[in-house]
Amino acid sequence: MKSKGAITPLDRQHSYVGRNLSRDKAKRAVNGRGRYTDDITLPRTVHAAFVRSPYAHAMITDIDVDIAKAEEGVVLVMTGAELKELCTGPWVGTLSVFPTMKTAPQYPMAVDRACWQGEPVVMVVANSRAAAEDAAELVSITYKELPVVAHKETALEKNSNLVHPDLKDNLAYEKVIDTGDVGEAFAGADHVVEATFDFGRHTAVSLEPRAILASFEKDTEELTIYTSSQTPHMFQAIIARTLGLPEHKCRVVAPFVGGSFGLKIHSFGDEFAATAASLKLGRPVKFIADRLESFLTDIHARENTVTGKMAVSSQGKIEALEIDILSGVGAYSQYPRTSVFEANQILNITGGPYKHQNYKARMRVAYMNKVPTSQYRAVGHPIGNSVGEALVDLAAEKIGMDPVEIRRRNIMEDNSYPRTTASGIEVADMSHQKCLETLVERMKYDDLVQERNSLRAEGIFRGIGIAAFIKGTAPGPAGYYGAGGAPIASQDAATVKIEPSGNIICAVGVTDQGQGVDTVMQQITAGAVGVLPEMVRVIEGDTDATPYGGGTYASRATAIGGEATYQAALALRAELLRLAGALLQREPETLDIIDGNVVDLGTENIRMPLAEIGRIGHFQVAELPNDIQPQLSHTKRFRLNDALYIFTNGIHGAYVEVDCDTGFITLLKQWVVEDCGRVINPILADEQVRGGSVQGIGGALYEHCIYDDQAQLLNGSLIDYLVPMASEMPDIDVAHVQTHTGVSELGSKGVGESGTGASPAVVMNAVNDAISPFEAKVTVQPMTPDVLLKALNRI
Amino acid sequence: MKAAKFKYIRPSSLDEAINLLSDFGEEARILAGGQSLLPTLNMRLSQPKVLIDINRLDELQGISHEGKHIRIGALTRHVDIAESDLITENIPLISEAIEYVAHVAVRNRGTFGGSVALADPAAEMPACTLALQGTLVVEGPNGRRQIRADDFFHDLYETARAPEEILVEVQLPIRRSGESFAFMELSRRKGDYAMAGLACKATFQDNRFLSVRLVYFGTELKPTLGENVMSQLEGREWSETLAEKVIASLEDDLDPVDNLQGSAAMKLHLQKVLTKRTLAEVVQRLGNV
Ligand SMILES: Cc1cc2nc3c(=O)[nH]c(=O)nc-3n(C[C@H](O)[C@H](O)[C@H](O)COP(=O)(O)OP(=O)(O)OC[C@H]3O[C@@H](n4cnc5c(N)ncnc54)[C@H](O)[C@@H]3O)c2cc1C
Repeated sequence: MKSKGAITPLDRQHSYVGRNLSRDKAKRAVNGRGRYTDDITLPRTVHAAFVRSPYAHAMITDIDVDIAKAEEGVVLVMTGAELKELCTGPWVGTLSVFPTMKTAPQYPMAVDRACWQGEPVVMVVANSRAAAEDAAELVSITYKELPVVAHKETALEKNSNLVHPDLKDNLAYEKVIDTGDVGEAFAGADHVVEATFDFGRHTAVSLEPRAILASFEKDTEELTIYTSSQTPHMFQAIIARTLGLPEHKCRVVAPFVGGSFGLKIHSFGDEFAATAASLKLGRPVKFIADRLESFLTDIHARENTVTGKMAVSSQGKIEALEIDILSGVGAYSQYPRTSVFEANQILNITGGPYKHQNYKARMRVAYMNKVPTSQYRAVGHPIGNSVGEALVDLAAEKIGMDPVEIRRRNIMEDNSYPRTTASGIEVADMSHQKCLETLVERMKYDDLVQERNSLRAEGIFRGIGIAAFIKGTAPGPAGYYGAGGAPIASQDAATVKIEPSGNIICAVGVTDQGQGVDTVMQQITAGAVGVLPEMVRVIEGDTDATPYGGGTYASRATAIGGEATYQAALALRAELLRLAGALLQREPETLDIIDGNVVDLGTENIRMPLAEIGRIGHFQVAELPNDIQPQLSHTKRFRLNDALYIFTNGIHGAYVEVDCDTGFITLLKQWVVEDCGRVINPILADEQVRGGSVQGIGGALYEHCIYDDQAQLLNGSLIDYLVPMASEMPDIDVAHVQTHTGVSELGSKGVGESGTGASPAVVMNAVNDAISPFEAKVTVQPMTPDVLLKALNRI
Repeated sequence: MKAAKFKYIRPSSLDEAINLLSDFGEEARILAGGQSLLPTLNMRLSQPKVLIDINRLDELQGISHEGKHIRIGALTRHVDIAESDLITENIPLISEAIEYVAHVAVRNRGTFGGSVALADPAAEMPACTLALQGTLVVEGPNGRRQIRADDFFHDLYETARAPEEILVEVQLPIRRSGESFAFMELSRRKGDYAMAGLACKATFQDNRFLSVRLVYFGTELKPTLGENVMSQLEGREWSETLAEKVIASLEDDLDPVDNLQGSAAMKLHLQKVLTKRTLAEVVQRLGNV
């Protein structure tokens, strides 16, 4: 652990950390030269298409593939039952950290029963995707429809239809936490506020859909997979286990990845089917999900109803919080990360910024005949924060206190860490107070309040929202994956090495999906070794070329992978100084490395370029004393210890206008102040917050997977499923408070989800402020005009 | 998804295109800008055997001034409508409404004729054509005929055009003095199809409505005239009270359908709000005519 405030190589004048380096890959992507999985063409490639269940729940009584098989260009038709024979066993999406959790075992394609609309039933592989789709239309499947579980509200009732009769009921998991004495706190409270909140299902909508190109060489029994993944090593582990292959003969490459947001950390049946087809055919098999398939089969998220209750004193002290979560998931728990994680996060983080000691929360997770849900950017946080922050506003309203003031009185003090939240999670190195005051200043809060009030008199209804948050980032080994049993590394690794030219290669286990993870590693390496950024090349996304790592998810890349990179770079730097010392016959301590040259410490007189050490270290080792064996390559790993996460914090502000006749909301401005610890690249951090906030706004206002009573998805296209677009988005002002985490020397925490986690909360609070003159409240997301008009009693 | 197999033919004259249409009948589909047709083919929602690409037909091109109307060739792209001075000066309703049609990429390819021929109930151009009492010119094996906009839009995606006819052009009357127009629509995001929309043309004499045409779109199965509201406005002097009074009768004109955007009740409500706002706007604009 580092002592706080110590000067590290990263704080030096010549460091490239903390600067706005631009991403090399951005230029390539903008010029249309990015190489995504679908851009990769291998000789003899064939293409997979799937026949999917049109029903949410049905027995498959007969499959006739003869006509399809005979079609021109078709090379393989495989049913779910045939694929099952190629699998070592079913997937079971549970983790040992959720002890009583239950789920049905599942295979990559439906075997004799389809449990959600869109579940793959038959795969057709042909010379082109079009030919595969033509033949897929000729597959004839007879179904016998079964009763459907379409609503979480009734799924847990005694006489409900069952998704899996073997499980006896539809309850995936139930958990209660109860801290302090909630009953007494509510009984004795000055005031109690209460509301029920409803959150619609939505999905990630990555610009590049899921994609895989699997190529099995029968002669060497080596499998190479190109896939749009955040987690190549996890994919390698699961593909090897599922299809019974030796792991070291499976190479997984994630080339350019066009957005992911958590979508691409899961295992999807169609991708495993395509891989199995390659094993069978000994040919490369490509499967690219189209947009309709994406909506039908990508993991969904956020479908929750939460009832919440808060006790508050007349002086504005939050005394107690109680929530009850009903989480509606899909037909199976998503392998290998589970579908109960979301509700568990809601339970963990609701009310997280505040000091109250009495907290009770119950979560129940219900299976439904819908596509499985799982981790999507800021898992659970948009819901927990919306609930917690709306209750704080209700409490403020009840006692006539300003929303900023009530938060000021209840947030944890900046000098009070480490401490434990009422939900039992340990938090440290936080800055709620600093963030709040910075926000108030940047918003010019008092002026805004005045403007809102005077416009109200003119019949213009504007609202101001505030929402504080905590965010779990960079999960540790004691938590869900490591200890939970899933084959996912919670530590990460970096190899930093010098080439004969004196340039540096940095290979990392974390991956880039367009957010600039590679640029961040480049800056850390350049800063730590002491070279120019252009002297560093970062390699990621290839299990053959990088050390074993967990990949990028849960805002962990910089916090975990960044520290591994930093330590590996420091190790290389130390060796380079030792070699230089030997060559220059000087004590290493008297030397420094700046911009690729070994210099005298202090005077910065250049003594030797690193190219010289590279040349000697690789080619002319004889110039070195016999007792020096150059390594020139250093691998370091970084793990957290007991911590569940590195928690971050921050606060959002929003200013909106509501047209109370039409129910339309105009977002005027948003502010975010967050604390991700050390900022490596300010512009990349800002854009993570902005993009994340926009994604949160999507959920708050637009995005919704709409199902009917038979669990049929009604809006599987981008015409009907509305994603947020630039025209409607506000200017988002971003500021960072940088409280370094004490768990690493780098000091960075995660930043990727801080926008998404609280953006829905702040927009909902602002909307409710805007319509408060009508004594109306909105507690449903997305907040469509229909929802608003109903709340306003206009329809 | 990939489209099912089809035969692609690109005729070079209108006659040839009409012959092809009569030869292939129901199996053929006209391809104009492709912005509505191609997505349905790719989703395999429709699987025509033949596509007849009319993009090379000179007879369908261009915007021109012809007597008392402006002729818009069916193949005129949305972008060309938006940039046409002839349209801005002579049919301001169209240049106001075209800004609401889709996004730049779609406007670069999508055509005026394709939009009117398709008659999407939430589309702007069919509603404006009806509001302006335009004339649609179609040509088929039996020659050319003119159809009044009032007679053209039958039902959801159903029009008076016969399957073997091609929409050649649309004629829209040039604005006259005393006429005022207004156009409003509500869509969740810029460029989306309308949730509710209203195109209005009104003529005034001595501050009174001489005639009003209100065409509602986005809530019905086709662009729909608000006849009850219109008749109650005629001969009356504008006031907010009048507006309040007449919108009650909108319930007799409209019969919205529930859809993913919201309930029928919400749609009716939105059209009422738009009616009030549009009438206020059209009156205010008259002062500036
Ligand atoms: C993302 C997106 C958003 C959109 N938003 C809007 C919007 O807000 N408002 C709006 O109005 N439109 C919108 N559109 C549709 C767009 O305006 C289309 O271009 C238009 O509706 C059809 O014109 P087209 O030339 O592309 O026709 P095509 O797609 O080529 O054809 C459409 C139909 O009309 C028939 N057809 C075409 N031309 C003729 C003709 N001359 N004679 C007879 N039949 C013909 C075709 O056979 C076909 O059935 C949107 C489209 C997209 C993809």
